[in-house]
Amino acid sequence: MKLSKRIFAGLATASLAVTVTACGGSNSSGNFDDTVTVGILHSLSGTMAISESTLVDTEKMAIEEINAAGGVTVDGKSYKIEYIVEDGASDWPTFAEKSKKLIDQDGVPVVFGGWTSASRKAMLPVYESKDAFLYYPIQYEAQECSNNIFYTGATPNQQSEPATDFMYKRSPAAGGDFFLVGSDYVFPRTSNTITKAQVKQLGGKVVGEDYLPLGNTEVAPIISKIKVALPDGGIIVNTLNGDQNVAFFKQIQDAGITPSNGYYVMNYSIAEEEISTIGPEFLEGHYGAWNYMMSIDTPASKKFAKSFKKRWGSDRVVADPQESAYNMVYLWKQAVEDAGTFDDNAVREALVGQTFDAPQGPVEVMANHHLSQTVRIGEINAEGGFTILEETGVVEPQAWNQKHPSSKGYACDWTDPKKGEKYRM
Amino acid sequence: MQLILESLFNGVAIGSVLLVAALGLAIVFGLMGVINLAHGELMMLGAYSTYITQLIFKQVSFLKPFYDSYVIVAIGIAFLVSGTVGILLERTVIRRLYGSPLETLLATWGVSLILQQFVRSVPLAYASGLVIALFFGLFTPLFISDDLLHGAKGKLIRACTWGFSALLGVATGGVLSSLVSKLSRASARNVDVTAPSWMRGGIDFVGITFPKTRLLIILITLISVLVVIFFLDKTAWGMRIRAVTQNRPMSDCLGISTETVDIITFGIGSGLAGVAGVAVSLLGSVGPNVGGNYIVGCFMVVVLGGVGNLLGTILASFSIGIMTDLIGAGRLLTIWPDMPSPLYSTIDFFATTSMARVMIFALIVIFLQFKPTGMFPQKGRMVES
Repeated sequence: MKLSKRIFAGLATASLAVTVTACGGSNSSGNFDDTVTVGILHSLSGTMAISESTLVDTEKMAIEEINAAGGVTVDGKSYKIEYIVEDGASDWPTFAEKSKKLIDQDGVPVVFGGWTSASRKAMLPVYESKDAFLYYPIQYEAQECSNNIFYTGATPNQQSEPATDFMYKRSPAAGGDFFLVGSDYVFPRTSNTITKAQVKQLGGKVVGEDYLPLGNTEVAPIISKIKVALPDGGIIVNTLNGDQNVAFFKQIQDAGITPSNGYYVMNYSIAEEEISTIGPEFLEGHYGAWNYMMSIDTPASKKFAKSFKKRWGSDRVVADPQESAYNMVYLWKQAVEDAGTFDDNAVREALVGQTFDAPQGPVEVMANHHLSQTVRIGEINAEGGFTILEETGVVEPQAWNQKHPSSKGYACDWTDPKKGEKYRM
Repeated sequence: MQLILESLFNGVAIGSVLLVAALGLAIVFGLMGVINLAHGELMMLGAYSTYITQLIFKQVSFLKPFYDSYVIVAIGIAFLVSGTVGILLERTVIRRLYGSPLETLLATWGVSLILQQFVRSVPLAYASGLVIALFFGLFTPLFISDDLLHGAKGKLIRACTWGFSALLGVATGGVLSSLVSKLSRASARNVDVTAPSWMRGGIDFVGITFPKTRLLIILITLISVLVVIFFLDKTAWGMRIRAVTQNRPMSDCLGISTETVDIITFGIGSGLAGVAGVAVSLLGSVGPNVGGNYIVGCFMVVVLGGVGNLLGTILASFSIGIMTDLIGAGRLLTIWPDMPSPLYSTIDFFATTSMARVMIFALIVIFLQFKPTGMFPQKGRMVES
């Protein structure tokens, strides 16, 4: 009898709590005149889930921040941002299918989504045919410029080009030969084509390159090739993906390919999140190049890292892709407020020229739908972060790379109807 | 000379990873004829066992002084974990599908997906608890005398052992999750096994660096192969296994319990997959997909060597290893730099990891055209064929 009374009391308290929360919910939404629903589309399952879920967390945080500051104001009316999260399931056709669902069925004005180039390439025709708008937050190989995509990650001239320049001119291995290692898909191959052209311009030599098929972790033949090509040390440019980095760094260390023996690896896909997975003891003394690094010592950067840790747990880290995802939500909000409508075409026009005081420093949306941003070169330290060695000024994005043989002399400009996707400069 | 030695070592190193991974499959697929697509996932369980053992040695105070030797303990644990799960798989799924390879293939593929999702969505502490419950549930009845296990009383005793095992499992899960906080939450993130310091780095000998982890993997492979050969050739159960492989109905008539033989064979094959998981975890990261990367290579080795022949499996994995190094690292170009230019550019074209793979697969296909049953086909008359 006593027990059942207790259970009853517990139930009563619980239902009371539910009522109170429900009231609280309606009170806070009462401050807004209306709501607007946006789409978030990343992989929450499958191999890419580990990386992409951090972007969902960041985008949710940015939306919550905007809501807490009064939401989006359009035409004097305040809108609360709500979101629908869809799972791309690490499967590229699913990204296209879920995009269609978000645009047609849910009628969202904007979708924040994607990570791999393959997923973007799969979504692109959907957004172009429906004239909808995708915000894509990852550093990528460029060589693309769609009127329906807004790219907030770095293009190669905002990451790999300054990095190559640093390695050849100012790193401890300056003047040394290059060896290029990557996973076998579009980003490493395009990135390395650009690096090869650049090294040639600088007067250096690329003595070898190799690509590991995705999923393969047997790096012994590559290590042999590096040792033959660079017997006395040199520069290794690494564009391996995800887990393959773990195998690569574990095994090169055992084989004696280390900074103390004169081998320096420059990485384009290793950020704070990956350093903690691979283990700083394998990476210490190697380099990375990004627009945002968690160790940037500015109030904006510290605030970003602090709010993320507060929202999602003190053991979490922030890295470059998350910063890009954060920026794009804010840039969308600003563009909508400037346009005074959620209509795609008006927002697109208002977007170009938007500036934002991002955690990495000021960024600006350029006419080619990419961001101008700062590039940083960092050395990986024993604590699992980057010691920032160099910082460029703001670098303008090149959607069509000026070192890649197929796109030299071309550019993209969506503000001028005569120029568009690809025009000769 | 130095070049030949280095190339040979690399080939053996690559080959021994293939061999240790394929050894379990050579038994399960080679001897029993079961196409087990979940073999890679049994390896994955072995790799996760290594990770859990490492964490326990790092966190539990009385084990800390022995941290340097955790890898050796992990080999035993991985063998038991994968073996237990393998036996459960045999008892629940594969036993019902003997003689229908297509159904076995699909069912084990399904099991592999279940296992992958399992490690993603269940906290590792409770996953270990479940394995421990299974282990004691499956094996305690073996130590209870047969008389007690018959009739109504027997049912009660069996139920009791399972209940006891379940409690033990829950307790282990609880203790592990409170001791090691990393194991208490489910995570889809890949984890990392760090070799103890005495295994990192390399040994320099005649101007070549031999990585210590590679040497250890070669040693693990060598010991596994020797133990398996000894077991199959010299012990009574080994002889029974060979007898059942050659003629199942006749062995059955002569009083060999074929069912027990199936359990033992499958358990050992699966346990060896666990040992392979330990080896693989030393080279790369540990994640739900780690085993899937090896499964095709394993089948390739077994088929090339000749189904049902251990010597063939050994030779096949070393020849694939040496070929991978010869072609992939472009050794011929270094040995003979001024070969005629058309030949040079052809070899140079294949001297990348991706193209070397293409080349090796092509060579295997050509080889199997001439010897469809592999290097060492099974001799003698088989009842099944």
